[in-house]
Amino acid sequence: MTLVLFLEQTLNGLQQGVMLFLMAAGLTLVFGIMHMINLAHGSLYMVGAYVAASVTLASGNFALGVLAAMAAAGITGMVVELIAFRRLYDRDHLDQVLATFGVILTFNEATKIIWGPQALFLSTPEILSSTLELIPGAPYPAYRLFIIAIGLIVGLGLRHLILNTRLGMLIRAGATHREMVGAMGVNIDRLFTIVFGIGAMLAGLAGAMAGPMLAIEVGMGEKILILTFVVIIIGGIGSVRGALVGAILVGLVDTYGRAFLPFILRSLMEPSAADSIGAAVSSVAIYLLMAMVLMWRPRGLFQAYGD
Amino acid sequence: MITRKNLVHGIGLLIMAVLPLAAEAAGEPFLTTVASRVLIYALVAVSLDLILGFGAMVSFGHGAFFGIGAYVVGILTHHSYEATAIAFLPGDWTGTTAALIQWPMAMLVAGVFALIIGAMCLRTTGVYFIMITLAFAQMLYFFMTSLPTYGGQDGLNLWERSTLPFLDMYDDTQFYYVTCALLVAFMAFARRLVRSRFGMVLRGCKQNETRMAALGFPVYRYKLAAFVIAGMGAGLAGALAANHTEFVGPGLMHWTRSGEIMIMVILGGMGTIFGPVLGAATLLMMEETLSGFTEHWMVFLGPFLVFVVLFARRGLYGWLVGTEADDGG
Amino acid sequence: MAADPILEISGLTKHFGAVRAADDLTFSVERGQIHALIGPNGAGKSTAIGQLSGEIRPDGGRISFDGRDITHMPTYRRARKGLQRSYQITSLFPDFTAEDNVAMAIQAQQGHSFRFWTRARTDETLREPARAVLKRVGMEDKADLKVTELAHGEQRQLELAMTLANAPSMLLLDEPMAGMGRRETQGMMEILRPLKGEVTVLLVEHDMDVVFALADVISVLVKGSVLMTGTPDAVRDDAEVRRAYLGDD
Repeated sequence: MTLVLFLEQTLNGLQQGVMLFLMAAGLTLVFGIMHMINLAHGSLYMVGAYVAASVTLASGNFALGVLAAMAAAGITGMVVELIAFRRLYDRDHLDQVLATFGVILTFNEATKIIWGPQALFLSTPEILSSTLELIPGAPYPAYRLFIIAIGLIVGLGLRHLILNTRLGMLIRAGATHREMVGAMGVNIDRLFTIVFGIGAMLAGLAGAMAGPMLAIEVGMGEKILILTFVVIIIGGIGSVRGALVGAILVGLVDTYGRAFLPFILRSLMEPSAADSIGAAVSSVAIYLLMAMVLMWRPRGLFQAYGD
Repeated sequence: MITRKNLVHGIGLLIMAVLPLAAEAAGEPFLTTVASRVLIYALVAVSLDLILGFGAMVSFGHGAFFGIGAYVVGILTHHSYEATAIAFLPGDWTGTTAALIQWPMAMLVAGVFALIIGAMCLRTTGVYFIMITLAFAQMLYFFMTSLPTYGGQDGLNLWERSTLPFLDMYDDTQFYYVTCALLVAFMAFARRLVRSRFGMVLRGCKQNETRMAALGFPVYRYKLAAFVIAGMGAGLAGALAANHTEFVGPGLMHWTRSGEIMIMVILGGMGTIFGPVLGAATLLMMEETLSGFTEHWMVFLGPFLVFVVLFARRGLYGWLVGTEADDGG
Repeated sequence: MAADPILEISGLTKHFGAVRAADDLTFSVERGQIHALIGPNGAGKSTAIGQLSGEIRPDGGRISFDGRDITHMPTYRRARKGLQRSYQITSLFPDFTAEDNVAMAIQAQQGHSFRFWTRARTDETLREPARAVLKRVGMEDKADLKVTELAHGEQRQLELAMTLANAPSMLLLDEPMAGMGRRETQGMMEILRPLKGEVTVLLVEHDMDVVFALADVISVLVKGSVLMTGTPDAVRDDAEVRRAYLGDD
């Protein structure tokens, strides 16, 4: 019984980790290459979720919704990059934080104007609404397994992109020797826009995938953004591998904490106190994890290519 | 000597001193309450500027200490009202509403948290520091949100404002002058601080931390001390904020609050004592005006911020005072 | 050579990826001497200074200063023990005046700076010695100029003044003449020469005229280790050094 519960929670943790990885990969790439901290990354996630919901509801096709979400987030990302963010690459981090904070406020309010203040809800697509008995005795939602699979595919795809393609070579070179890449005749500005677009698309994908699992509302982007920060701090800013490891770690610790901590505390104190303290402590478990990692390695688990 | 700088300072202080009287005369007494709010945020902004502007520590979690200060007042008042013992303290103290105990405690507790959080965050620099201060503030936010004992997400109503001898905190004008006095006292303290040996070390770290270490300064300790002082200032502001709205909730610690405080500093002018006050006044006034004009005022505020960052980095203070602003408080 | 080393370095190693910036680096510096470190670009001279000052952590080896192991001592404590460094790329406090910069150095040595009240800029216990040091490097009339208003050569002088401010027992000078014209270089040499015997100096410098004029002992660094150590004459005449370094031109 407990083992089944444990395995089930492990899958939940993996699924959450995968979502975080989709977010963290883009954020960490943008930081690794442009040295830019982008708070508005969560806004692209929100755009993805809203567009996915609207298109799915209108067309009845979730796959179409996901594609539209990726396109919308990617294009929005590139447009914002062209208008504002490229002026920020050479500024200090404080400027980047403030300007992207302004962008968040704008996006949140614009979303309220376009879609209204009410939350949207999206049901799980028909084919994925069943459960699979992956663990004997514990049917598990197919949709969550689907998310894990998508995450693995994206992870492998990114690995291929970075290690084996010309674009990936430029990305790696751009992180370490920016001037050199420019001197080699590569259009750095375009490279940056493309990288930004890739990150934005992944955020849009994450938002679309999250759609059927939670309320689609203004402010959803910031919730996941902070978790994403924790992920890339743990993983090491700029490292895609670190983003993956950090995301899985955070996903598992968060899920285990919420599932098991009140349980464990109950054996130590009276149930009502255990539940309330358990809830409070498990909500901060990942931050404690982050603090511990930083005690040990102040620059995260993995070093970026450059730096 | 009458310089442009002294003139700006003089006019600023004069406005602060006569505002309730002017509001009364103009038949708009509610303005005094609005102004009290401005001064409270000015206080937290000045405290942030000590580390952000003078020490180049880009803390994105300053709202946490603001919230802690507010919660200290909220919790002490809550127990005093319900006459229950404070569970996590030894003995059976049932709290108090006396400001002379509440407010120093708010500063102390905020300072202790700043010490713990700062000790960890200051091991990192640059973008790590920004993100980790943000993450720790969110941690406290989520902790208070999921702790039902003190209202969780709904927060706590303050059943009674803090009590001061000889003063009535329910009188808007008196509340204003108490707030004003504390702000001016903190500004005077901050001014001495940044000009002292300690302040020179802080400003040295901002300009060239490597060199500071090479000269023989244990920079970590000085930065941590500054972080704690700033946290205590925010705690005091939080205590006042709790009294102002007669409510404390996790929203006070939310990261957007930290962001707003940061914007006040930048808008007014980093690395100055008066700038953050100007910034707080401007931002809150913009909020008031724009929100009266449209429900979606944030859609204007957002691009405005981007614009300020991209094109107007010197801040209002620099614009008013000119080159003298560089004197460093 | 009288054996009274103030600084002893043994087996120091440091890798940056595949580059060996220090490879079993071993040498010692005699008290009171000006010891120059020369070598072709990339020989690891700046890395050596960085490791001695504590800004770069060595992978292995041992550094002892004044008979005490300082290999793992943080930078600020080394500085307090009297080991001061200057930077190849001028490293000052740009928003401060020249006098502020030197006063900062003096403040560093006067015990802790947890003093929150008294105004530092009017504190004569800082300002008086700061002016004295500025005078020593011939900059007394520039005291109130901001760093950004100083000429390059003056910034280099100020850089040196800050390391001299605390009566250090040893200076690590990383290319003090970098970017200077002939006359400025002469001026700087006039400042450095009287230090001989009073302060021990480890000097990294590209200008060979300066090195041969000032140094008591020269160590030649190639690929992170010492090729040879000797008097200026011995180094000048060494065939291997010529091949590895001087002949490179």
